[in-house]
Amino acid sequence: MKLLKYLMLFFAVTAILLAGGSAHAKTCVFCSEGSPEGFNPAFYTSGTTFDVSSRPMFDRLVLFELGTTKTIPGLAEKWTISPDGKTYTFHLRKGVKFHTKKNFTPTRDFNADDVLFTFDRQRDKNHPYHKVSGGNYEYFISTGMAALIQNIEKKDDYTVVFHLLRPDAPFIANIAMDFASIFSAEYADMMMKAGTPQEVDLNPVGTGPYMLVQYQKDSIIRYESHKQYWRGAAPIDKLVYSITPDASVRYAKLKAGECHVMPYPNPADLAQMAKDKDIKLMQMEGLNVGYLAFNTEKKPFDNVKVRQALNMAINKQAIIDAVFQGAGKIAKNPIPPTIWSYNDKVKDYPYDPVAAKKLLAEAGFPNGFETDIWAMPVQRPYNPNARRMAEIIQADWDKIGVKAKIVTYEWAEYLKRSKEGEHQTLLLGWTGDNGDPDNFLNVLLSCDAVGAANRARWCYKPFDELLKQAKITSDVAERTRLYEKAQVIFKEQAPWVTIAHSVVFKPMRKEVVNFKIDPFGGHVFYGVDIK
Amino acid sequence: MIIPTFIGMTLLTFALIHLVPGDPVELIAGERGITPERHAILRAELGLDKPLIVQYGNYVWDIFHGNLGKSIITKQPVFKEFLTLFPATMELSFFAMIFAITLGLPAGIIASVKRGSFFDHSVMGLSLAGYSMPIFWWGLLMILFFSVFLGWTPVSGRLSALFWIDADTGFMLIDTLKSNEKGTFISAVRHLILPSIVLGTIPLAVIARMTRSAMLEVLTEDYVRTARAKGLSPSRVIMIHALRNALIPVITVIGLQTGVLLAGAILTETIFAWPGVGKWIVESINRRDYPAVQGGILLISSLVILVNLGVDMLYGVVNPRIRYNK
Repeated sequence: MKLLKYLMLFFAVTAILLAGGSAHAKTCVFCSEGSPEGFNPAFYTSGTTFDVSSRPMFDRLVLFELGTTKTIPGLAEKWTISPDGKTYTFHLRKGVKFHTKKNFTPTRDFNADDVLFTFDRQRDKNHPYHKVSGGNYEYFISTGMAALIQNIEKKDDYTVVFHLLRPDAPFIANIAMDFASIFSAEYADMMMKAGTPQEVDLNPVGTGPYMLVQYQKDSIIRYESHKQYWRGAAPIDKLVYSITPDASVRYAKLKAGECHVMPYPNPADLAQMAKDKDIKLMQMEGLNVGYLAFNTEKKPFDNVKVRQALNMAINKQAIIDAVFQGAGKIAKNPIPPTIWSYNDKVKDYPYDPVAAKKLLAEAGFPNGFETDIWAMPVQRPYNPNARRMAEIIQADWDKIGVKAKIVTYEWAEYLKRSKEGEHQTLLLGWTGDNGDPDNFLNVLLSCDAVGAANRARWCYKPFDELLKQAKITSDVAERTRLYEKAQVIFKEQAPWVTIAHSVVFKPMRKEVVNFKIDPFGGHVFYGVDIK
Repeated sequence: MIIPTFIGMTLLTFALIHLVPGDPVELIAGERGITPERHAILRAELGLDKPLIVQYGNYVWDIFHGNLGKSIITKQPVFKEFLTLFPATMELSFFAMIFAITLGLPAGIIASVKRGSFFDHSVMGLSLAGYSMPIFWWGLLMILFFSVFLGWTPVSGRLSALFWIDADTGFMLIDTLKSNEKGTFISAVRHLILPSIVLGTIPLAVIARMTRSAMLEVLTEDYVRTARAKGLSPSRVIMIHALRNALIPVITVIGLQTGVLLAGAILTETIFAWPGVGKWIVESINRRDYPAVQGGILLISSLVILVNLGVDMLYGVVNPRIRYNK
């Protein structure tokens, strides 16, 4: 017992020693969930990496208005589109300053050379920087930019023209994405001459509101405010990411005042957080969809009646209650309601096991059949517990005579096998990248995506034609009409059971002001203040 | 013996990580998926398209040329990543071991001397509890009590986020002393307290139990009775005559536990957001970052071998009868 007393005494003495503390510049601490893969957003696809790179340190030609999916001028003040939709002319903003670092003091403002460097590096295999740091530009390739841009022309220092091979309506939304963050060409030249080109990716120079000061792997990332930022310096002088992988520990740190904002709370902690007077709990519908896809190439799922019957047999409300613990909304369309062109007139299949059984009999399966449900082994914003969800669906289908076996694999194996179409039905989902309906409908349900992200392997020409037409039309009203029609066809054909759009929660200390939830799931600290 | 052990280690780590299903390229692509052509290109770039035996050959060849490869994810040299993270693991292991020894050794000695007393039963009971405690739960409990409820210690990390110092050596206590910023050293010490206690709990329990049983054995021996009969003071009998002989098994246990701490502080590192090698290796396994897993495990196992070598040499220092003669 004496030992315990001494131990307590030791803690007490140390605590007293530390009472007080010195005055510091205004600092905001974000308890982030993991380490970034790197600091060049063009190489990676994870939100954790974008949170530390593109969001604090960079700007793009086009930006998303914070808290919305609307595109607004960024480093390009304005742009014009040629009548054939194949030429985009960007007029660049003047007087934009790059970061000044220990090893680099910019001698000029941002101009067309920086835009050319950023895009040419990704698309031109002979560019001196193309292979630096491994050179995998996954987003640039998977968004189809590599096959879309014919060339990029510098008209003058502040005018850049993108020539496309074909019209592409989502182009503006695409270049507002993280991978299109503008790097300093001057810094790149300097590093190349110094023989350390990889410094451009490890210790990058951008135009964003914060400059990277220090990264201690798996521990801490420190930024300082970029005082000459073109939209005005951020109210917070220092921004610190304290990497804290465990959600319970993040919550403990928030309560103890060791961090101001935390991402990804445990659903079980939400009720307690809401009651805590020191904590503000913000929430927003996530830009995502969780679904169950039928492998429409396999029998009996090639039969639309079977797909409709299985849709009707699932009690979605029970899933929202049990799996999302209320932090989700029933999905009826493949795109979330926050995306323009969401068709609210579409009627979802009602939960009706009797009608479902009848429809199944009409389809030629009066006694049901046997199948499988693949459940993901990982937690995702669109599906916090796939196993539990699969069990609920299994029980629902059992009521109409469909016996389902739950199957799961290690995550990479799951992705690979499902991409190859080994499943009969599977649970998966999607979080949007750029707020354009094309980013959901085309990526997940087009004929071209069969063998990639189209896990339903559903290639339905009338639907696909609408997507193709919408992709080459720049008139938003016309595109809206086409996508609304596509959603009606989708519902009739039922290649998926659309299950839920999750709600995203952001707990923060009450002294944090002006934080806006980013619909893309990111964490943006420009404009945030501590009172 | 070192060369075959080393080859065995490389073979085992290589085989184990490649036997685990999974594909780093698939994980990079995620839900979006990747075309078979692009998939093949990326695998070729990583050298994963070659037969396993060739990959293994290349791996061993590179090791003998002092090259552990580059991480698939961060593209940084594995050795450099290890060196960045290892000081944190070493610092934490060192203080956890100090905590375990300074409490475990006296507790074991007193328990053996006062055999059957209330103290003895308490030490035995507590050490059993400590040994069986799930670390994750224990860590969270300590955080909730000392950090959230009492507010005495910080929740996690190595230094308050408000201090900005350069990590020159990676040992936070040294770095904070070097930086002349007021309060940083104390902040680093405070951050070390809870993780050291949590990580040191199991070794503490093992050391206490081992010291007690080794001492009990020695205390019944003839030479101890003789020493007592000679009229030596009880403390001299216990501390000089008995303890020295009882220390051999205790040192063995300390050596083994140090190895465990260096390699396996994964849970403590995760709870306390401690940037060490255990957490790094687990994350690398999850991401199927083959070079990082292989290199990391190889370096750690080499260190464990070194620690055990050190322990073998300590035997001779403690007990002159065990000196290595030709």
